[in-house]
Amino acid sequence: MRIHKSGAIRAITATVVVGLVATGCASDRDKDGGTSDAKDTFVFAGAGDPGSLDPALASDGETFRVTRQAFEALLEHEPGGSKLVGGLAEKWSSNPAGTVWTFNLRKNVKFHDGEALNAKAVCANYDHWFNWKGTYQSSAVSYYWQTIMGGFAKNEDAEAPKANYKSCTAQDDSTAVIEVNEPSANLPGGFSLQALAIHSPKALQEYAKQDASAKGDAITYPKYSQEAGTVAGTGPYRITKWNKGNKEVSLERFDDYWGEKAKVKNLVFRTIDTEEGRRQALQAGDINGYDLVAPADVKTLSGEGYQVPTRDVFNIFYVGMSQSANPALKKREVRQAISHAIDRENLVKTQLPEGGKAATQFMPDTVAGFSDKVKTYPFDTNKAKDLLKGAGESKLKVDFCYPTEVTRPYMPAPQDMFELMKADLEKAGITVTPKAMKWAPDYLDATEAGSCALHLLGWTGDFNDGYNFIGTWFAGPDKQWGFKDAKVFDAVNAASKITDPNGRTEAYKKANEAIMEYVPGIPVSSSPPAIAFGKNVNPPKVSPLTQENFAEVSFK
Amino acid sequence: MLRLVVRRLLQLIPTLLGLSVLLFLWLNRLPGGPASAILGERATEAEVARINRALGLDEPIHVQYWRFLKRIFELDLGTSTQTGQPVWDEFALRFPATVELGVAAILIAVVAGIPLGYLAAKRRGGWLDVAAVSGSLVGICIPVFFLALLLKGIFAVELGWFPSYGRLSTGLNATDVTGFAILDGLLTGELDASWDAIMHLILPAVTLSSIPLAVIVRMTRASVLEVLGEDYVRTAESKGLEKRVVRGRHVLRNAMLPVVTAVGLLTGSLLSGAVLTESVFSFGGVGSFIRTSIDARDYPVLVGFILFIAMVYVVINLLVDLAYSLIDPRVRVH
Repeated sequence: MRIHKSGAIRAITATVVVGLVATGCASDRDKDGGTSDAKDTFVFAGAGDPGSLDPALASDGETFRVTRQAFEALLEHEPGGSKLVGGLAEKWSSNPAGTVWTFNLRKNVKFHDGEALNAKAVCANYDHWFNWKGTYQSSAVSYYWQTIMGGFAKNEDAEAPKANYKSCTAQDDSTAVIEVNEPSANLPGGFSLQALAIHSPKALQEYAKQDASAKGDAITYPKYSQEAGTVAGTGPYRITKWNKGNKEVSLERFDDYWGEKAKVKNLVFRTIDTEEGRRQALQAGDINGYDLVAPADVKTLSGEGYQVPTRDVFNIFYVGMSQSANPALKKREVRQAISHAIDRENLVKTQLPEGGKAATQFMPDTVAGFSDKVKTYPFDTNKAKDLLKGAGESKLKVDFCYPTEVTRPYMPAPQDMFELMKADLEKAGITVTPKAMKWAPDYLDATEAGSCALHLLGWTGDFNDGYNFIGTWFAGPDKQWGFKDAKVFDAVNAASKITDPNGRTEAYKKANEAIMEYVPGIPVSSSPPAIAFGKNVNPPKVSPLTQENFAEVSFK
Repeated sequence: MLRLVVRRLLQLIPTLLGLSVLLFLWLNRLPGGPASAILGERATEAEVARINRALGLDEPIHVQYWRFLKRIFELDLGTSTQTGQPVWDEFALRFPATVELGVAAILIAVVAGIPLGYLAAKRRGGWLDVAAVSGSLVGICIPVFFLALLLKGIFAVELGWFPSYGRLSTGLNATDVTGFAILDGLLTGELDASWDAIMHLILPAVTLSSIPLAVIVRMTRASVLEVLGEDYVRTAESKGLEKRVVRGRHVLRNAMLPVVTAVGLLTGSLLSGAVLTESVFSFGGVGSFIRTSIDARDYPVLVGFILFIAMVYVVINLLVDLAYSLIDPRVRVH
């Protein structure tokens, strides 16, 4: 026992000594540059880890938030807005048919590995994606390529979409011409996506040596996409380290950047899973900013002197109706009645942060194609009752699914929002059976399979084109909605094929009018997602597309 | 003793086989799958079907199970559907954090719990006893996530004594040798990194230790009270043995047997407790990874983790049996 005792004493003494020595040593390391000066490092917290350092392999916002600082696409969106502006291409144009896109590239642009940007580099990227084989053709890996450009040079899956990409030609050093087989509503917006950002050709050669593989029951991402060192873009920051254990991606200012250099030398993205945790980390001074602020925290943080700007709305929250799950929903009067029964204004007032808007159609008013002439369904319980009576559905019973353990930018508090709607529907005499489900994958599976008569979902736009909203749901039959209506589908598809931007906008307006005449579901609201920054930060311009450029950040 | 070790390790095989069958049946009955978790709102029926086909999730359950079993024999747990990296690599990356946290929590529980329980028993009915008994009751009752938020709110946000999240401060640039942040700092001479890791560890470890601490205090107290009433203690005292010797050799040593068993079981349960604690403190260990894996229906990770926990329990039980023979020579291990 004596031996044990002296051992314990030694251990305690050692701990104290280590502590004392360590605190003493800390300042030495600072001088060596081991730890960064507080004003040299901006730390921003997101809600999830990025999936890959190659944005071409991703489809999630957390990945793009990181890669956007290091990679640039041919086109970008104006800072703080949704208008397309030049990115790596200073100017761009298309032929009247919308099948040939010419990009005049910026000069003197360098990649992080020292390579120069030129038309050949652009084409190397597009050809690299087009020639993907094997697991890269899985939509879990190449979702955005397939959405924007269709399939591949050689589709390996019979159900993969048909390739729309035709070729890319380097006309001269600074002119790249991309040809597609058919005009698409996804262009030119798609050229701005992070997933189609331009990589160094030298890095692409390294990528090509590594394959993504589907072994057993999962896809293994290539090594280069999981650690810093190989990926190279042209952005104001270059990725230096991904410390997965510490849930941290570090970036460093790229001094050869073609545009205005980043104001803060080091940029770090950290993952803090919970809203509460992110707020507390900001209040404790451990981070300088975070995203996905809970609406309830906006006032608290603002009151304490933190900066909590809200983005312009670029999302839509809706009540989906699956006609296959409840035959009564096939009757238009029933769908209209449900629309009249829900008090959207009250929902916006009580559930959304300042700047939230009640919706009249399936796109926010910031998207080109928003129509002022759509049929509207103002809150009117008596009218809802009359419509139900007229349809012979006075005793309507519906299942209403809502997700748990989740908040989305368009849906900050699903359960509370559901409760308000349920109360509204019950006032109109509708019996609601609540069905709570875990967001992923239970809820998403159920809604996608069309087994939820009523359900809550939404969408945040990728770029400013109406098809990115209404084309997502109403371009053809979809189990989630369970209806076929040629008038709606034709209107949406016709709009998507018009290449003249003004003509397309007008056609989207008509499509919105056709949709709201049919009323397949209820567009409820658009919500401005909030983002928080420390008191000593000059924040970047906040973007409705959540595309903040952290090179703009500085400390006061 | 060697026979015991071999026998226990062999027992692992049927245990893990049985568990893996149960797990597969359970996971197969769960609604949803990884495809819609990967695609989120963008999931369509066709896309989900394509991904399921690519991942082999459209095959019959027995085919999937056989494939899984073959891999297990090759010591391959598969690939995480969330991160696209081998499950072993994901565990190896995060396991050191969880071990550091678990070891710190159990150390706090043992170092504080045994003396406290002993003193409470010695001064039965006194203020220390009342405080220890009621304190341990609170420790057992208080939900771990609430305690985590409370400690974080007071000591990280209000007082600023400890960091509010993570394992290491941003920009510390510590050298990674073994993945154990404290040890790495000591090995590389980056003592500030070790100290930083300790500071990050304190709040999560105190949180995680709350239940084991409460259990150990109560068990030690009850066990010591029982031993104090034994004849051999009275005999030892009446023989005129030094109090220190009576306490150490006769009381504590005998009272420790049930406590050691409890410590063993509590150590195993710390792994599941770490899921909540690590999530609240964004600690970056296996626990928080498991939480996101449940959301993402990451079957390979979940199966691997549960099998791993089973192995840990078996090994800890073995260690507990071995510890018995050290504490009490009367216990013969065959």
